[in-house]
Amino acid sequence: MKKHLVSAHDLNKDEAVLVLDTAKELALISDRPVKKLPTLRGRTVVNLFFEDSTRTRISFEAASKRLSADVINFSAKGSSVSKGESLKDTAQTLQSMGADAVVIRHGSSGAPHLLATRNWIDAVVINAGDGTHEHPTQALLDAYTIRKHLRNNEGDLNGLKVAIVGDILHSRVARSNAILLKTLGATPIMVAPPTLLPVGIEKWNGEFSYDLDEVLPQVDAVMMLRVQQERMSDAYFPTTREYSRNFGLNAQRLKTMQKHALVLHPGPMNRGMEITAEVADSTNSVVIEQVANGVSVRMAVLYLLLGGSNSETGENN
Amino acid sequence: MSILLKNGSLKGEKNVDILIENDKISKVAPGNSLKDDKAEVIDLTGLIILPGLVDLHTHLREPGREDAETVATGSAAAARGGFTAVHAMANTLPVADTAGVVEQVWNLGKSIGLVDVYPVGAVTIGLKGENLAELSAMADSTARVRIFSDDGHCVSDPVLMRRALEYVKAFNGVIAQHAQEPRLTKNAQMNESELSGRLGLTGWPAVAEEAIVARDVLLTEHVQSKLHVCHASTAGTVDILRWAKGKKVNVTAEVTPHHLFLSQIHCESYDAKFKVNPPLRTDDDINELRKALAEGIIDVVATDHAPHPMEDKEGEWSSAAFGMTGLETALSVVATAMVETKLMTWADVARVMSEKPAEIGQLTEHGRPIAENEIANLCIIDPNASWKVDAKDTHSLSTNNPFHDMTLKSKVIHTIFRGKFSMKSGQVQK
Repeated sequence: MKKHLVSAHDLNKDEAVLVLDTAKELALISDRPVKKLPTLRGRTVVNLFFEDSTRTRISFEAASKRLSADVINFSAKGSSVSKGESLKDTAQTLQSMGADAVVIRHGSSGAPHLLATRNWIDAVVINAGDGTHEHPTQALLDAYTIRKHLRNNEGDLNGLKVAIVGDILHSRVARSNAILLKTLGATPIMVAPPTLLPVGIEKWNGEFSYDLDEVLPQVDAVMMLRVQQERMSDAYFPTTREYSRNFGLNAQRLKTMQKHALVLHPGPMNRGMEITAEVADSTNSVVIEQVANGVSVRMAVLYLLLGGSNSETGENN
Repeated sequence: MSILLKNGSLKGEKNVDILIENDKISKVAPGNSLKDDKAEVIDLTGLIILPGLVDLHTHLREPGREDAETVATGSAAAARGGFTAVHAMANTLPVADTAGVVEQVWNLGKSIGLVDVYPVGAVTIGLKGENLAELSAMADSTARVRIFSDDGHCVSDPVLMRRALEYVKAFNGVIAQHAQEPRLTKNAQMNESELSGRLGLTGWPAVAEEAIVARDVLLTEHVQSKLHVCHASTAGTVDILRWAKGKKVNVTAEVTPHHLFLSQIHCESYDAKFKVNPPLRTDDDINELRKALAEGIIDVVATDHAPHPMEDKEGEWSSAAFGMTGLETALSVVATAMVETKLMTWADVARVMSEKPAEIGQLTEHGRPIAENEIANLCIIDPNASWKVDAKDTHSLSTNNPFHDMTLKSKVIHTIFRGKFSMKSGQVQK
């Protein structure tokens, strides 16, 4: 495995499957009364969040704590970052504190890449979402969830078709998923109005469509992306009602899907906008499960990148 | 004090001796034919002699951002790059939108004396794109401004652009437009393409440049004025320029060395030294720009030398400043992109880096023939040099050089400014 996880491109197929297999093992911990392994005892994981994201932060925090790592939450709000401290200075501060891993969420695409490549810091860098670029652990937890249901929690996703629906243009979740699904042998299909598909989408590895109704019957899973409030005021589509009519997942549309098909959403959901409450709470929906799987997958990433297999023997001090 | 240049190749065409007395060329004769016991004799065998280079687009940052560059450090960088004249862009603090500021820059250039510094005047007050600056006052000042530009900002209001084009006709001025439709480039970070989508960087579509160039060409034709297109960066802009020149519209255009040499692929590094306005484009664009320059559809090379301090360039991409330095590498980049590839001769380089820019800037003492009684502004080049760029080895105060670590062909060896060496054997003569 590469030292850092900045992009879904950092994982080849074997490595991606290894993360999912490791997550499967680690998921067993979460079912125990004492949800804790000593694996990363004495290691320090910093959650460096320049953007608010309570969900992702607590997921990483839970993952780190279940592996007995020390967790430091560094949030931009109320820190020196808001006073204009540079990414470099922040990185060097964390370096001085002896961080072993930095989980970074940043509003600027490429910030984790800089952290990983500029020699500011020795720590392992894990991208927890950068701008409109990538969010690789979200893609891993989505793949894990799909594999668990449709591939008996084993192997790759060969032959599966997955629709990713919504604001592809601004979605880091869509980018990482498109890459990872392809790596695992599945076919991603991007579905959105043309205004919310990036220029050059035809050159992406995968398919795309403007017609959700045409795509839904073909796919084994559908990922509904959250539509950000600011898109609504920036002429990407005429009205939220029109968007919802054309690209929202409702009960009628769900009926056109295959029986086994899964409904995923990275959360938080706009119920009534891209997904109706009925669909969100249906038996096809695995949205709640995605959250639990997120912790397992992030445990696996921390475990593999921090060389957990060594410290598990208790000799890595 | 006189200088005798022996046996240099005049624009790569024929070997000559050149005798310089005071600030003028007093004799040009066949190679190894002149003798002068009083003169300092410099052997130029194997070297190319061009007229001193003229840059139409330089950011010297003074007044206001003396942490990035000053007229003195920028002049030194220019001399090292073979330039004898530069045009200082107006986006200083305060903006060069009054006779007072342009005269200050003009006088600073004069007092430093390494290169002639011609200020460019702002088109609108404070570069705000709202009200015309006092263009006539700047034209009549001792700085004798003829080129006006809001560079860094586009004069996007079509009525204001029309008025500016019309107004400068009174003193034979030219409007140099930074063609960037602001609404199409809101928060834009790099060329819009499959790559911008993959990198998650907001796209800067080629059409944002081309729409303005097309509009301005039509406006220029309508009001019968003169337009200069700054830093053309797309194949589509080349098409529009070709059409306009076919219709005899009075339009000229420049391309930067970096747009002739570097593609958007460098953005993959998220290294903001490759962040520039307009953005680096595709290989297809580079090929079309090179062909257009060779063909004369694009008239000149201009550096858009844009120094920035380290702290504005080393952070995350979206918060970094736009721009790259270019004065010291311009000639070598053009030689590597255009001469090594046989697209242009050294005479063509003289045309696009000296003669045409001087004509556009209406300079009477630069870009002139290398002949008797002309002011001795010369650039002397080793065409066989091959060198690795080191961003830290610079006279500029800034190190945001995108060519760092790249190997370039040809190197400026001497620069003669008004009859004296401003750079000799690589050493700037301060």
